[in-house]
Amino acid sequence: MERLLVLAHTEGDGTLGRPALEALNAAAALGGDLTIGLVGEEAQAAANQAARSGAVRFLAAQGPEFAQPRYVTDAAAAEALCRAAQAQVVIAPGTARWARVLPGVSARLDGRVDTHVTAIAVEAGALAVTRWYYRQRMEAVLSRSRRPWFILVDAGVAAPWQGEAGAARVESVDAAIPEIRTTVSGVRAPRSGEQTIRPDADLLFVAGAGWTKKQADGQTHLPEAEKLIAGFLAATGASLGSSKSLVDLAGEGQAVLSFMTHLNQVGQTGSTPRHPKGLAACCHGEEPHVVGWRFINQRRAINLDPNCGWARGKADVVYVADAFEVIARVNALLEERKATSGS
Amino acid sequence: MSTGYQIIVCGSVVPDPLQTLEPVAGTGLPALKNEMMLPAVLDPWASHALYEAAHLAQAKPGSKVWLVSLGPKAKLQQVMMTVAQKAPFELVAVDGPAGGFVDAHETAAALAGAIQAIAGLDRGRLLVFGGWESASRGAGATLQIVGERLGIVDQFQGVDQLTVADDGELEILERIEGGQHQVSRCVGPPALLGWATGHLPEPRNNPQIGMTNMRAIMPALQKARPAKVAAEGVVYHRVTLPRQQRETQVVKDRPAGEIAREIVDWIVQG
Ligand SMILES: Cc1cc2nc3c(=O)[nH]c(=O)nc-3n(C[C@H](O)[C@H](O)[C@H](O)COP(=O)(O)OP(=O)(O)OC[C@H]3O[C@@H](n4cnc5c(N)ncnc54)[C@H](O)[C@@H]3O)c2cc1C
Repeated sequence: MERLLVLAHTEGDGTLGRPALEALNAAAALGGDLTIGLVGEEAQAAANQAARSGAVRFLAAQGPEFAQPRYVTDAAAAEALCRAAQAQVVIAPGTARWARVLPGVSARLDGRVDTHVTAIAVEAGALAVTRWYYRQRMEAVLSRSRRPWFILVDAGVAAPWQGEAGAARVESVDAAIPEIRTTVSGVRAPRSGEQTIRPDADLLFVAGAGWTKKQADGQTHLPEAEKLIAGFLAATGASLGSSKSLVDLAGEGQAVLSFMTHLNQVGQTGSTPRHPKGLAACCHGEEPHVVGWRFINQRRAINLDPNCGWARGKADVVYVADAFEVIARVNALLEERKATSGS
Repeated sequence: MSTGYQIIVCGSVVPDPLQTLEPVAGTGLPALKNEMMLPAVLDPWASHALYEAAHLAQAKPGSKVWLVSLGPKAKLQQVMMTVAQKAPFELVAVDGPAGGFVDAHETAAALAGAIQAIAGLDRGRLLVFGGWESASRGAGATLQIVGERLGIVDQFQGVDQLTVADDGELEILERIEGGQHQVSRCVGPPALLGWATGHLPEPRNNPQIGMTNMRAIMPALQKARPAKVAAEGVVYHRVTLPRQQRETQVVKDRPAGEIAREIVDWIVQG
C-alpha cells in the first residue's frame, strides 16, 4: 500500500468533527501505514481522539494562526504536513475549509486532486475513486498514476471512525507562512436568524414556487404558505430546501418566504444534500432541480399536476393534491402525536 | 481607488441543463454523446461571477473585465452571442475541450497561461473571479490551481457577497456548512474569488453592449490559441448513468386527511 495521509482540521472546540472521522474511516479501510496530519490552534485533543485508529504517526501544524479557516495559512499547513509525511495519497474530508484550499495545495506539490468523492476502493489492483460528473448526472470510477493524489471525500459517504480516545504522540511540523492579508471575522447566519438548513436531519422538505402562485380561488396565499412551512419544519425538524424559481423570486425583491435564501436552493446550481428521505411540495420536479436529489433515497412529492416531473419516474410516490391542505393536516397530526406522546 | 480593478473572470461553456446527457467511451477520454451538437450555455456559477464583476467594475471607474474561456471555439462563439449582451467585457478565448472529463490541473494551466499573457496586468489591481464549481466537472478545483499558478494566496470559494470598504478592504462572504457564511476581510488585490450565486439577478439582454462586445469578440475567437488539455495519467474505468427511473406510484383522488396520515406515518417510521 502507498503512504497514506489523512488530513484533518480541528473544529472550534479542538476536536475532530464527524467529516474528519468519516475520512479517517475511509482511509483506515484501505489498510497500510496511516499518518494523520492535523491543522488547528491546538492538535493534541484531536490526536488523542484518533489515537487508537491504527495511525502510526501524528503530525500537526498548530498555533493561533491556524485557528481560522483561511487559504494562506491552511495551504501552508497542509503543504508542510504532506511534505513531512511524504504522502503519496492524501485523504481529507470535503469540508468547506479543505475544499477551499486542498486543490491549490495539490498544485503546489505537483500532484492531482479529486473532490466530491463518494467511494474509494481498489480496482484492478489500483486505488480507484468514484465521483459524479455533470452535476450528479453520471458517475465515474477512475484511477490516477500521478502522486501525491488528494482525495476529498464527501460528508456522509463513510461511517465515522469510532473508538476510544488514547494518548497520541504529536510531532509538530513547521509551516512557512507568507504575509497574512486576510482575517476571518466570524460566521453570519441567514438573514432571518432561523437555521433552516440542517444537514443531519432525516428529512429534506423542498418547497417550490407553487406556494407563491395563485390558487383555486384566484388569490395567492403567502402568509399562509409561510406559516404552514414554518410549522412543518418545527414539527419535523426537517431541513428546508427550495427550487430555484422560489428563491429567485425572493432575489427579485418579491415578498416570498422570509426564511428562504439561495443557500436553500437544491439542484444543478444549488446543493446536493444527503438525507434519507425527501418530500417536495409545490415543486414541479424538473431535471435541473432533481439532479440535486441524487443522494435522497426515499422521495415523495405533493403536486396538483399528475403530469409533473416527479410523476415521471423521479419520485417513489406522488400525491396529486393541494399541498396547502395536505401540509395543514400533516401539521395538525404531528401536533396531535406530540400531545398524546406527552413530549 | 482611482485606477479601478482589473477583473479576470474564468468561465466556459457547459451543456444546457435541460438536455439529456449520455456518456460515451471516446478514443481517449470519456465524452458525451453528440457533445458538439448539444446546445450550450455559459457555466451558471461563472455567469454569476461575470455579473458580479461587471457590477463591481461599474461601481469602480477605471475598472475593466476580461472573460477568459477555454472551450471549443465554435461553441464559445455560439454562447457569446447571448453572453455578450449581458455585460461589457473583453474575451480571451482558448480553443480546447471544456468537457467534464478533462483534468482541472490541465485546464487551470491553460487558463493561467492565458491570463499571464494579458498585457498590462497589475497585481495590485487584480481580482480573479470564476464559478466555484462548474456544471461539468463540478470539482471546485480549477480556480484554486489558477490562483496558485498566479501566486495568489488570498482565495475564497462559494462567495455570495463582496463589499469594498472606503479604504479598499474587501469583505467577503463565503458559503460554509449548515447554510452559513464565513466573513473574511482581505486588505485588497490580488485576490481570487470563486462565486456561488451572489446577489445579482441575470441582467437583461442589452443589444448595444452586445454589439460593442462582439466587435472585439470575433477577432478574439479568431485569435484563440489551441490548448492541448486532457487528463494525463487518469484511467476512467467506467462512466455510467444512475439507476434508471423509479416506479412512481401516483396517488389520485384520495382525501387530504388520508394522504396526510400516510405522509406522517412515512416521516415518523425509522
Ligand atoms: C442553468 C439553469 C440552472 C438551473 N438550476 C436549478 C437548480 O439548481 N434548482 C432548481 O430548482 N431549478 C433549477 N433550474 C430551474 C428549473 O429548470 C425549474 O425552472 C425550477 O426548478 C422550477 O421551480 P418550481 O418547480 O418551484 O416552479 P414551477 O415550475 O413554477 O412549479 C410550481 C409547481 O407547483 C405546483 N403547485 C402550485 N400550487 C400547488 C398546490 N396548491 N399544491 C400542490 N402543488 C401546487 C404546480 O403544479 C407546479 O408543478 C435551473 C434552470 C437553468 C436553465
